Amino acid sequence: MNAAGVTAQTLDLLIALTLAPVLSGWVAQCRAWLANRSAPPLLQPFATLRKLFHKDAVIAHDASPLFRAAPYLVFACMVVAAGIVPTLSTNLPLAPAADAIALVGLLALARVFIALAAMDLGTAFGTLGARREMLLGFLAEPALLMVLFCSALIGHSTALTTMVETVADAGFVIYPGLAFAGVAFTFVSLAENARVPVDNPSTHLELTMIHEALVLEYSARHLALLEWAASLKLFVYSCIGLALFLPWGVARGAAASDLLFALPALLAKLAVGGALLAALETVCAKMRIFRVPEFLATAFLMAVIGLLVHILLAGEA
Amino acid sequence: MMPALGALPIVLALLGAWLALGAAGLLALERQVFVARVLFPLGAALGAALAVCAAAALAEPPQSLVLPLGPPGLPLSVRLDGLAALFLLLLGGVSAGVSCFAAGYFARREGAPPGLICLAYHLFLAAMGLVLLADDAYSFMLAWETMALASFFLVITNDRDAETRGAAFLYLLVAHVGAVALLACFAVVANAGGGLGFAAMRAQPPAGDAATLAFTLALVGFGAKAGLLPLHGWLPEAHPAAPSPVSALMSAVMLKTALYGMLRVGLDLLGAPAAGWGVALLALGLGSALYGVIYAAVQVDMKRLLAYSSIENLGLMFAGVGLAMVFEAHGKPTFAALALCAVLFQALAHALFKSLLFSATGAVLHATGERNLGRLGGLMRYMPQVAWLSLVGALTSAGLPPLAGFVAEWLLLQGFLFTPELPDSFLNMLIPVAAALVALIAALASYTMVKFFGVVFLGRPREPALTAAHDASLPERLGLAWLAAGCIALGLQPLPLLRALDDSTRMLGAEALSATLGQHTWLVAPVAVERASYAPLLVLLGVGAVFALTFLGVRQLFHGRARRAAPWDCGFPLQTARMQDTAEGFGMPIRQIFEPFFHLRRELPSAFDRAPRYRVTLEDRAWRALSLPVARGVEACTRLVAHLQQGRIALYLLYSFATLIALLLVTMP
Repeated sequence: MNAAGVTAQTLDLLIALTLAPVLSGWVAQCRAWLANRSAPPLLQPFATLRKLFHKDAVIAHDASPLFRAAPYLVFACMVVAAGIVPTLSTNLPLAPAADAIALVGLLALARVFIALAAMDLGTAFGTLGARREMLLGFLAEPALLMVLFCSALIGHSTALTTMVETVADAGFVIYPGLAFAGVAFTFVSLAENARVPVDNPSTHLELTMIHEALVLEYSARHLALLEWAASLKLFVYSCIGLALFLPWGVARGAAASDLLFALPALLAKLAVGGALLAALETVCAKMRIFRVPEFLATAFLMAVIGLLVHILLAGEA
Repeated sequence: MMPALGALPIVLALLGAWLALGAAGLLALERQVFVARVLFPLGAALGAALAVCAAAALAEPPQSLVLPLGPPGLPLSVRLDGLAALFLLLLGGVSAGVSCFAAGYFARREGAPPGLICLAYHLFLAAMGLVLLADDAYSFMLAWETMALASFFLVITNDRDAETRGAAFLYLLVAHVGAVALLACFAVVANAGGGLGFAAMRAQPPAGDAATLAFTLALVGFGAKAGLLPLHGWLPEAHPAAPSPVSALMSAVMLKTALYGMLRVGLDLLGAPAAGWGVALLALGLGSALYGVIYAAVQVDMKRLLAYSSIENLGLMFAGVGLAMVFEAHGKPTFAALALCAVLFQALAHALFKSLLFSATGAVLHATGERNLGRLGGLMRYMPQVAWLSLVGALTSAGLPPLAGFVAEWLLLQGFLFTPELPDSFLNMLIPVAAALVALIAALASYTMVKFFGVVFLGRPREPALTAAHDASLPERLGLAWLAAGCIALGLQPLPLLRALDDSTRMLGAEALSATLGQHTWLVAPVAVERASYAPLLVLLGVGAVFALTFLGVRQLFHGRARRAAPWDCGFPLQTARMQDTAEGFGMPIRQIFEPFFHLRRELPSAFDRAPRYRVTLEDRAWRALSLPVARGVEACTRLVAHLQQGRIALYLLYSFATLIALLLVTMP
């Protein structure tokens, strides 16, 4: 572990913590523009977080310690996940602690805790949300792992940093397997981040909620942490996507010049990605919950096809 | 220490001490307090001692002994090598926790006299130990049958209950079908020239079709014990029927003896495995695992849920053995070592968390009298310690970092990722899909565990009587805590165990993993750090540090004020415990998505019903499809036999006479 590595790691975490709400704000802004509404300011999520942190928390009478600990735990999982994904630099001292499979495990841990916390009070909507979240989880997780396997076979490694370096080093070689995996990854990210067409982040219709139903009983600082964790999750998924499929621009070392180049590249990629997400959410309609298995099964099959295409082509070569 | 003797005599002495405890139980047949407070804790201490001995023996060279017991010419020969030591470690570690729990659990009268339970329990433990030590087919089968019979008597403890009797006899039947297959398997192997001793079998393994026949018979025999499809039907019946510590031992250790047997016969005695065996095991294991986890997700009985989850875990382990065989058959012994390490690690992790969860259901059963998930709920408030300890078990079972279950899953997936290096293009294509199946099974397992923990411990009590539930007694909690500590310790620092596993897989034909496993203190990197690495403690420290910093930071920068109110629930004024999801409700998405797997019967209410009723019954489709024709066949056969039965002594004597004559004709040269 060297000083440069520690700097890069710290920078990586700070950027994740600050950029994540901005990314959510940017998507909301784009959606408003596309819907011909006047948009909230870019930094609106920060204002909301600040407001929530200042409020008094309201907790149900028979909430257990699990309920109160869950927001902190989920937030911590997301921060660590953000620390592992190479956003600016691949020189991250934390990265060997968890490879791509462990990252999926970490995200699953957060999911299980938020589902358990939602079941804690025994309210109808809480358990409904928990059930749906776990349903999405078991459908999305295999698809996500298949996407990661596809990249892992290309990079001969499940370490995210090695995957990034392999694809970035290859120049502009097009891996046909990765194209399929990319589509699958987009599907999975939409489902995992509670976006249209699977869930609507701005819904207030009880029966269609997934993410909102999970956090229904939370208020004030707990809600703020969960919202922040949700935006971190979107950021982490975006960065995994960028790392796997568009890694160009990520710095190798921790030299200031490299990082200076990596930051604008990251911002540009996120801005375009966020705008595309908003466009996708505007033109799609939300689907019924029991259409979601089909949607995610498609993602899963796409990822498997990507994997097989890669193995076939690698076998030929 | 003398190298010739080493740990083996101590291990044998410990097994003998277990037998002595059982005999002491026979002397104190009705003395509940003595049995529960003295004999079971002593058994737990012996278990802990066995674990220590076995851990010390992991690194020692194999030792063997011939015990002058048994009929003339057939002494018991025993051998302690790395593989046996590993499973003895599992037996000792788990039985220490479970016996401690049992000391609290059996303080209350179960059906049979406490002394008899104590006898069968310790006989069961000693027999499992002997299965692991046996070094010839005769000792192995003797121990195997003793184990089956002892566990049968434990299952039938509450023999007044007709359902229990049915479950126990079903278990006995399947156990014997398996034992017959094993006997045939050993006959085939011994016939190849070596005789009954394992050393001789190893020296002269059968070749060609005989080897495949032996492997198939072993698969039937051990598969029946492990609950692989289609011989899994006894498992979800016998586990709920048995007292909880017994279910814990059966699921955690006895099923592992089947895995041990498969490894011993398939990879040690039969010599080099064929790739086809590996593919068969892989398919059968993954099929059982998927089937098990889907059924686990829809169960409404705590113990049945856990039993199906055991089918899933054993399925995954057998699939891992299959993967190792495929690697070995294609000359990739390093990758075989990775797969075997994953299997053995999972065997230990599963033993710990499954015994923890089964014991926890025992505590819940004693506190509430309920096993049905539909009548439980909210127990975290009334039995918090049991709840937190079960949470550790549930998270381990769900395969989440930083606990032990995840390490096993991670290693197995890493093993699957090496399949593209196989020379066979068919396998190249097939096995990544198998990896996808493993991912699906793992994700479904976490669904099941959220259901299990959420419905039992979280939410509101579904019955008013539950508010009187209380935490388990001290020995029970100690036992649970021991097992939970194992789950955490193995999860946080898997390296010492992995290094030991690496040594013991070498005798199964696998090569050592790379040196990187030994270089790092905290980083698990089975092949190379650039290739894959995982540091559970670092992950935990990271999450813990962010957790603490956030907690303190929020209080420092803002405030920590909170007030209590009624739950919000979108402002619905009427909220009752009946409005939360039931176990059926939580399983509904699985029922809908995997409908073809189930034999479902639904009773839906109509608008004109006087007393509207909604009922869903689920039956095990594979078991029905197998067992009903077999049962019908047996019935038809017995009807044929009835023709012989005329009730006249003279006729029966005639039968005996005819039989003797026939035998003489056959045996005379």
